[in-house]
Amino acid sequence: MSWRRKDVARRMKRGFTILAIVTAVLLSFGLYEALIAAPTERTMGDVQRIFYYHVPSAWTAFLLFLINFVGSIVYLIRRDEKSDILALVSAEVGVVFCTVVLVTGPIWARPVWGIWWTWDLRLTLTLVLWLIYVSYLTLRRFSTSSQTPMLAAVLAVFGALDIPLVYFSIWFFRTQHPSPVIGNGGSLDPRMAHVLLINWAAFLCLAWLMCWTRYRLEVLKREVEEEQALESILEGTR
Amino acid sequence: MRFFAITRATLAKDVRLEWRSKDAINAMLFFSLLVVVIFSFAFDPTAEESRRIAGGLVWVAFLFAAIVALNQTWARELRNQVLDAYRVSPAPANPLFLAKAFGNFIFVSVLEALMTPLFIVFYKLRALGSAWELLPIAVLGTWALVVNGTFFAAMSLRTRSREIMLPLLLFPLSIPALLGMVNATTAILTGEESARFWIALLVAYDVVFTVACLLLFEVVLEAE
Repeated sequence: MSWRRKDVARRMKRGFTILAIVTAVLLSFGLYEALIAAPTERTMGDVQRIFYYHVPSAWTAFLLFLINFVGSIVYLIRRDEKSDILALVSAEVGVVFCTVVLVTGPIWARPVWGIWWTWDLRLTLTLVLWLIYVSYLTLRRFSTSSQTPMLAAVLAVFGALDIPLVYFSIWFFRTQHPSPVIGNGGSLDPRMAHVLLINWAAFLCLAWLMCWTRYRLEVLKREVEEEQALESILEGTR
Repeated sequence: MRFFAITRATLAKDVRLEWRSKDAINAMLFFSLLVVVIFSFAFDPTAEESRRIAGGLVWVAFLFAAIVALNQTWARELRNQVLDAYRVSPAPANPLFLAKAFGNFIFVSVLEALMTPLFIVFYKLRALGSAWELLPIAVLGTWALVVNGTFFAAMSLRTRSREIMLPLLLFPLSIPALLGMVNATTAILTGEESARFWIALLVAYDVVFTVACLLLFEVVLEAE
């Protein structure tokens, strides 16, 4: 290893440690803010506080799926390993956050709406997204092809094409989900918005940290596999 | 010109093979017959109820049955390394894909033509809306199923336990198409609302995914 690479590795390690600390601090602060500092919602009461986990997870999951789409497109054009690993990692972590959304949603919906689940636009869209990305990960898992990244990238593009169609098809049903409180005509208390954004920052850092770890793991895994393949070839020639 | 010659030759070969063996069509017919019978035992609907649920039952039965034809599309070409021979030949990939998709379209359409009378009899169906609109829905819906199905069958060739893999890849992506087919059919059977929106959705789905399949099929065919 040249001194340059060593230097980069050391800096990466330091960056990783800093990110881990920032994530831990933000997550604990966000938890405090969400459970204690944030005002109690007038009609829903304390159960509304799950919102500070539900919404940031959803935003993070959607962002990760977007990264997966971009990574897949770049892979299809440039065929470089880095964007493939990025696509894989963002899909995996995205599915984790999407699962959090799908679990926290019903926990909130039961006391507020009186039902665990309803086939409304956003719920259904999130569920379909989850299904599409689980099928993406299944393909990667089950593939015996040497060109798994290529097949996976193709599937990711199909999934992305599917999403607008899913949106319009479910849009036809009347929507029961609380309309967006951020943006146009939002009536979210500024203190609540503040807590929400802190939690989103914490979740983004957590997602970044998870992706980073998973990325390094995948790189090492591929290096080991390559080395093993090389060794078995060498043994065969001996 | 060569493009269509290859498509026609492959399609003719597939149809002839199927005509002689009748493997896929028999399996599909018997399978969907079983679905019809089991569903009618499970629900035991009156004529009024069955109008509401028949759209869903019919299309779910066809979707499951179509998997039989889709799975054998490419598996057949693996024997004697036909697919490898095709890959090394200078023929382009897209005519092969189109021929396979048309072949599956024909098989599933035959299945639908034979099964629809049974559905009508068993579920006492009578459309309250304009029944002729069911024809474009059937054509668009069948194409929506087979175009992606043919594509993902080629993709699942490259996986372990490929017969299970195909539905796992196909069903999540087919959700909008299935919603379109089911709701359009229900709209016509009950005659309560217009099926226009759902037909437009099916057209959009067909166009988007036909183009995507043609653009990306070569990548999938060349993958080992």
